[in-house]
Amino acid sequence: MSMAFLELRNLDKNYGQAEILKQINLSVDRGEILGLIGPTGSGKTTLLRLINLLEEPSSGSILLEGQIKSGRPEKEKIAARRRMAMVFQKPVMFKSDVLENICFGMRARGLGREEQRREKAMQALQSVGLSGYESRDANTLSGGEMQRIALARAIVLQPELLLLDEPTANLDLRSASAIDSLLQGLAGGRTAVILATHNMMQCRRLADRVAVLVGGRITALGKNEDILGQVERSGRSSPAIAGLEIPW
Amino acid sequence: MEEIWNGILRAIELIITLNPEVMETTARSLFISFAAVFMAAIIDIPLGGLIELREFRGKKALVNLIQTLYGLPTVTVGLLVFLLLSRSGPLGELELLYTPTGMVIGQMILISPILTGLTISALKGVGPQIRDTAVSLGADESQVIGAIIKEARFAVIAAVLIAFGRALSEVGVAMMIGGNIRDYTRVLTTSIALQTSMGNLEMSIALGILLIGISMILNLSLSRFQGR
Amino acid sequence: MKKILKISLLLMALFAASAHLSAADEGRLKIATTSSLYDTGLLESIVDQFSEKNDATVQIPSHGGTGIAIAAGQKGDVDLLIVHDKAREINFIEDGDGLERRCFAYNYFYIVGPEDDPAGIAGLNASQAFRSIMEGGLADPDQIKFITRGDLSGTHSKEQSLWKRAGYNYSEVNTSGSWYVDAGSPMGATLMMANEKLAYTLTDMSTFMAYQGNLTLVPLIEGGDELLNVYSAIAINPEKHPGVNCQLANQFIDYLVSPECQEIIGTYGQEQYGRPLFFKGEGNCDIMGCSAEECVVPTEAGCAEA
Repeated sequence: MSMAFLELRNLDKNYGQAEILKQINLSVDRGEILGLIGPTGSGKTTLLRLINLLEEPSSGSILLEGQIKSGRPEKEKIAARRRMAMVFQKPVMFKSDVLENICFGMRARGLGREEQRREKAMQALQSVGLSGYESRDANTLSGGEMQRIALARAIVLQPELLLLDEPTANLDLRSASAIDSLLQGLAGGRTAVILATHNMMQCRRLADRVAVLVGGRITALGKNEDILGQVERSGRSSPAIAGLEIPW
Repeated sequence: MEEIWNGILRAIELIITLNPEVMETTARSLFISFAAVFMAAIIDIPLGGLIELREFRGKKALVNLIQTLYGLPTVTVGLLVFLLLSRSGPLGELELLYTPTGMVIGQMILISPILTGLTISALKGVGPQIRDTAVSLGADESQVIGAIIKEARFAVIAAVLIAFGRALSEVGVAMMIGGNIRDYTRVLTTSIALQTSMGNLEMSIALGILLIGISMILNLSLSRFQGR
Repeated sequence: MKKILKISLLLMALFAASAHLSAADEGRLKIATTSSLYDTGLLESIVDQFSEKNDATVQIPSHGGTGIAIAAGQKGDVDLLIVHDKAREINFIEDGDGLERRCFAYNYFYIVGPEDDPAGIAGLNASQAFRSIMEGGLADPDQIKFITRGDLSGTHSKEQSLWKRAGYNYSEVNTSGSWYVDAGSPMGATLMMANEKLAYTLTDMSTFMAYQGNLTLVPLIEGGDELLNVYSAIAINPEKHPGVNCQLANQFIDYLVSPECQEIIGTYGQEQYGRPLFFKGEGNCDIMGCSAEECVVPTEAGCAEA
C-alpha cells in the first residue's frame, strides 16, 4: 500500500484544561477529497490549524509523505507549509487590492516571475467567478467575495495539500455550486484535499471519504456512501450527527 | 506682545525674501533630522517588528523600558553622545564631534525609543488573523514582519513623522554635539537659542514661527494618514 | 469624575495662591547678569549676605548672555543689571533705561590655546597675539584656529574690540576662512570646543578656572590693559520703567561697593582655586578706567518715579 500523503497519528490538542482534540488518527491521499464533518465547536478548525502547522499538537504527530513535520524547527515547518494552502473560515484580506492579496503567497514562496504571477492570479480570479475584481480594495468586498478571493489565493499556489474550512458557508447557492464544481475538478489530481464542512449535501457531492468529528474525536471514518448512509439511517437524534445540516 | 507681532512680520519677511542665511539654516535642520530619521527607521522599524512578533523572556520589560525612554531628556542624550565622540572618548578617532554627522548620530539615538516603541504599538493593532494568514500562505519570519508592517503602514508612517518632529525641534543634542557653528552645524533650534541669548527677541520669534510652521505642515500630513 | 475635577480645581487654586504669596514685590529684587559672572557663584555668595542683612528676597532670573540681560533691563523685567560691556552700559544709561553706572570689580580675560602654541603668541600683547593668530590661521587653517562665541556677549564684544586694535575690520576677520570658527555658544561650551579642536579662544578668567580641570588648553596671555574685564552695576530707571524696585536696587549697589562686600569679592575663589577670581574695585579705579563718580561709591540718583 502506498504511503498516505498526510498522516495524523494520535493527535491530541489541549488548551489548558480544555481537551479540544482527542486521539485523532487520520490519513489523506493525493487526489482524494476527505470530507470532515461535525457540528460547530467539534474541533474542525483546530484540526486544520494543526495540520497547517500554525500550532503544535499537545501530543501525537503530523506526517507529510511519511516525514514528521510537527515539532520540527521552524525552517522545516515553513518548507512544509509551502506545500499546503488553507482557506480560513472567515478569511481576512490584506490592506491592498485583490491582485496583491492573491499574489502574496506566490511572492512569499518565490513562485515564478512577476508577470507569470499576475497571469496566474487573473486565471484564479476567473475560476472563482470574480474576473474584473483585481484592482478593487480587498477590504471593501462582501463576505462571500472575500471567501472566494481566499480560495483563489490558495489554489493559485497549486498546493499539494489543500485545507478548506467551510469554503462556501457565505455563498449563495449559485456561487456555492460553482465553487463545488471547481473543487470537484481537483479530484483525482495530485492535490490532497480536506474539506471541513457542516453541509451534508456538499459533503455527499464532493467527498471520496468522510470523517465525522464530534467532541474532538473521530466517531466515524469511511467511504462517503457508507458514512453518510449511516448518518441518514440513524436519524437526526443520533449524537453523531447532531448539529449537521441535513437539508431533507 | 509687541515682540510677538513683530516676530510674525519678521518671519514673513524672512520667508518672502528667501533670506539666504535663514534658508540655509532651515535646509540644514531638515536635512540633518531627515537623515537621522531615515537611518533610524531602517533599524528601528524592523526591530519593532521583531520585538512585537517574537515571544521571549523579558519582552514586557523591554517594551516598558522603550516606552520609558520616550521622554529621554535631550541634554542627557547630548551629554552621553558627547562623551562618546569627544577626542578623549572611545570614538574620538572618528572626529565626529561638532560635525553634522555627529548630530545625525545623536538624533538617531534620541528618537530610536519613540520610533521603535510606536512601531510596536502600530503593529499591535494588526489582528492576529493577518499573521496566521501570512504564515499559512508560506511567509517566513522576515516576510511576516514585512507583511504586518505593510498592514500597519499608516500608523508606522505616523510614528516616523512624530520622530521627525522630535528630531527637528530638539536643541540639547544639536547644541552639545553640533556646537552651533555658523555655516556648518547651526540649525533652527540652536539659532533660536543664540538669538535669544543675544537679546534679539524678534528674530528668535521669527525663527520659532518658521519651526512651528514646518511642524504644522508635518502634522497636517500626519492627520491625513491617520484619517485613513 | 466629579471628585477628580473638584480636587484638581482645589490644587490649582492652592498653587495659584502660593505663587501669589511668594511674589511679595516690595522685598524682592530681580537681577539680570551675565553667565561669566554668574557661573562663578560670586553673585550668589553676595546675594546670600545681602538678603540676610536686609531681609530681602533676591533673585537672578536672567544669567545668559549680556545681550539678553540688557534686553531684560530695557523691558523693565528686572530691577538691576550687572554686566561687563562699558559701551553698551553707557548706551543703556543714555537711552534712559538705567540710572547710573557703578564699577565694583574687575578681572582679566585670557587668551588660551593649545600647549604647543602653534601661532607663537606667548609673550606678545593681546592685539599682537590676535594678529599672529589671524596670520597663522590664514596660512594654515588646519593647525591654527580661533573659536569665537559669536553671541554678542561681553566676551564677544571684547574680542571684537581686540581685532579692531589689531588693525582688522571685524567683518574681514569673521569671513576670512575656516580658521575662524563661529560657535554661537556660551563660554563653557566654547572652551570645550576649543579644547577639542586644539584652538585659541578668548575667555574670562573665572570660567576658564572653573573648567581648567577638564581642559588641555593653557592660558597664553593673561592680564594687560587690553584684556581688562570690568564689572559694573546699573539700577533700572523707575521713571522709564515704573514698578521696578529702585530702592532695593540702589541698596544692593551700595552693598556691592561697601568695604565688607569688596572684601568678599577680593578673596572669592582663593580656597578653591588657589587664587581669587576677581579683584576688588576699591582703590583700583585707574586700572578699571572708571571715573571717580562711578567707581566704588554709593549711589546718588534718587528713585523718583515719573
